[in-house]
Amino acid sequence: MAQYLILIYEDEAQYATATPEVLGEVMQAHNDFAAQVEQHGAKLLGGNALQSTGTATSVRGGSEVTDGPFVETKEALGGYYLVEAPDLDSALAVGKLCPARFGGVEVRPVMTFD
Amino acid sequence: MTDASAVAAAVADAHRREWAFVLAATVRVTRDIDVAEECVQDAFATALTDWRRTGIPARPGAWLTTTARRRALNVLRHRGVEHRYLPLLVEEDTVPGPADLADDRPGGAEIPDDRLRLIVTCCHPPLDRSAQVALTLRLMCGLSTAEVARAFLVSEPTMAARITRAKKKIAVARIPYRVPSADELPARVDAVLAVIHLLFTTGHTTPAGEELVRRDLVERSIELGRMLRRLLPRDPAVAGLLALLLLTDARRETRTGPDGRLLLLEEQDRSRWDGRAIAEGAALVRESLRARPPSPYALQAAIAAVHAESPTWDDTDWHEIVALYGVLTQVWPSPVVALNRAVAVGFACGAAAGLAALDALAAEPQLAGYGYLPAARADFLRRLGRVEEARDAYAEALLLTENAVEREFLASRLRTLGTGPP
Repeated sequence: MAQYLILIYEDEAQYATATPEVLGEVMQAHNDFAAQVEQHGAKLLGGNALQSTGTATSVRGGSEVTDGPFVETKEALGGYYLVEAPDLDSALAVGKLCPARFGGVEVRPVMTFD
Repeated sequence: MTDASAVAAAVADAHRREWAFVLAATVRVTRDIDVAEECVQDAFATALTDWRRTGIPARPGAWLTTTARRRALNVLRHRGVEHRYLPLLVEEDTVPGPADLADDRPGGAEIPDDRLRLIVTCCHPPLDRSAQVALTLRLMCGLSTAEVARAFLVSEPTMAARITRAKKKIAVARIPYRVPSADELPARVDAVLAVIHLLFTTGHTTPAGEELVRRDLVERSIELGRMLRRLLPRDPAVAGLLALLLLTDARRETRTGPDGRLLLLEEQDRSRWDGRAIAEGAALVRESLRARPPSPYALQAAIAAVHAESPTWDDTDWHEIVALYGVLTQVWPSPVVALNRAVAVGFACGAAAGLAALDALAAEPQLAGYGYLPAARADFLRRLGRVEEARDAYAEALLLTENAVEREFLASRLRTLGTGPP
């Protein structure tokens, strides 16, 4: 088994203007997702949603502090899940399942040191 | 002592035929592609000297596999885990250990054929298409990095970096080394077919350069198609792709004249088409069309078969071809397919109808910058006697075409139309 981080990149503007119904659907989709992960031979180890990039502060070179995300992009990192999966096929099945209606996800293997 | 040149020929032949089999079986032992490649190369080098002494074995593939796998076990025993650069490949089956290899004499227990495992791994969709193609040539065909680089007109360091990155991703991201389950298999085979088809088309019409056919890529792609057909004999999409390659390549000798000039289907000497390849391809077409819906490869092969089996250009059943393109646009809605259909309409129903069909595609963004569209328009305009418009269209096509042979064809058409007003 190996760990993969599923990074969720979405258009924040869409969330800023979303109706309460849409936000409710998104919440429900994430709950459904969590319930389905194990059907793909994987296990959910953790995950979080992040506050918007408007709340981000970047620190470069250990001292230079700037207001905003490290890189400005239309689709910004908005949350992540940490999953355990036997291989990339299984991790990608989970990635396809992961809700990201205003963008997509990136699946990255977690580095191990042994 | 066996004659050195006979041994060299036998080793070269085995390299061509058995490379993928030997490597796939050795990867099962090493679970590390680089180590397996080294061991397989060593086995071929050993064959060059050993076969002079012992004679050429009855089953060179089995001999090479056994030698490569023994070598692999030795390497693994002497190379500690701490020196490992990449993690081991993931596979769910038990890996053969020394006990399994004890009976691994040539002529002993059958060595499982792992080539399907290897090719679906090379063509795994999370790998970029250019990486899939490079890995396939390198691991399935045994081409060197330099040869792969030459085939795709990139520098050797660029290709080496591409192959290294792909191998690293397979190991680190844990792309599994296994035959996909029955429900995943069709999508995975599709990716393999796309790679083989790309190899063929790259060889068949090089995007740029002097030579119209890069023979080796064409032959390699057909060999891969045949291999896949043996591995998956009941897959109609595989049959369709192999049929398409065979039927297209059957016309190889007649595609250019003695002076290197491009010859159109209309001008080609059909008596020089490869009748055996056509018969084999046509039989595969019939089989591949049984799938519902038929694969895009099967339909393209069916179109190629109509041409191949027509005794003369004038006998071509253009209505059948238009109908096949109609089905093809449904299973594969692509502006390029629509363009080919429009050309067929021009032959079935006259140049004016063809031109109207082409002009309906003029606004298609995917066809902007595609040289075949103005080239096809130019031909219909020429047939309709609209010389000035034909000239403009040929000139536009020339601007968009890089292949030297195709450029010469367009330029010669332009010359026959003259330069002055009609």
